[in-house]
Amino acid sequence: MSLRSPLGRVLGLGSAKDGTEHWWAQRVTAVALLFLGGWFGYALVRIDSLTYLDVIRFIGQPLNAILLSLLCVTLAYHSYLGVQVVIEDYVHTPGTKIVALLFSRFAHVLVAIGAVYSVLAIGLGR
Amino acid sequence: MSLGLVVLAAWLMQAAAGPEAYLLFTIGMSTFVGKLLLVGWSFAFFFHLANGVRHLVWDTGRGFDKRHADLSAWFVLIFALTMTGTFWWAAL
Repeated sequence: MSLRSPLGRVLGLGSAKDGTEHWWAQRVTAVALLFLGGWFGYALVRIDSLTYLDVIRFIGQPLNAILLSLLCVTLAYHSYLGVQVVIEDYVHTPGTKIVALLFSRFAHVLVAIGAVYSVLAIGLGR
Repeated sequence: MSLGLVVLAAWLMQAAAGPEAYLLFTIGMSTFVGKLLLVGWSFAFFFHLANGVRHLVWDTGRGFDKRHADLSAWFVLIFALTMTGTFWWAAL
């Protein structure tokens, strides 16, 4: 016999009360990165050279700029979700855990904004 | 992987900062350590990608028996090595 209440069963959240959204977000970003990451790898092979002018010309193409921005934001989100799990699983001191999670969140947002701003700055010709 | 993201962002930011800043980045990445890191990240990328697909398949409830789990583990490793080789061969 189950001791779970009907409401608890319907909500299906388990004892932690969250995690479903995290699980989904990790998989949705994973599928998105399959395409975006694949495109980026292909683009790196196709680009003439990685000299300044060629790179600026590459990022200056609207489609490349859009895909690069999507790639960076999705990467940062996926990376944040992964690092979060590592911290939650392996950092056991409550204070350190919160500081680490906070630092990770700030760092990931900083990296995402920095990358997207740079792509826009190049794409819009500053 | 997360540190690779930082380098990807640094690459874009240095490009946005101008030719001199970008040259600095290129010089850093052409050192032996820089090249080693780039090859390492490309391998980690392909390994992570293949293993991620492996996990997505597992999420559907398939491939859990020992034979298929072993098989997919070898596939991931061979895929990562082959793709790393192919990537650098095609890029250079």
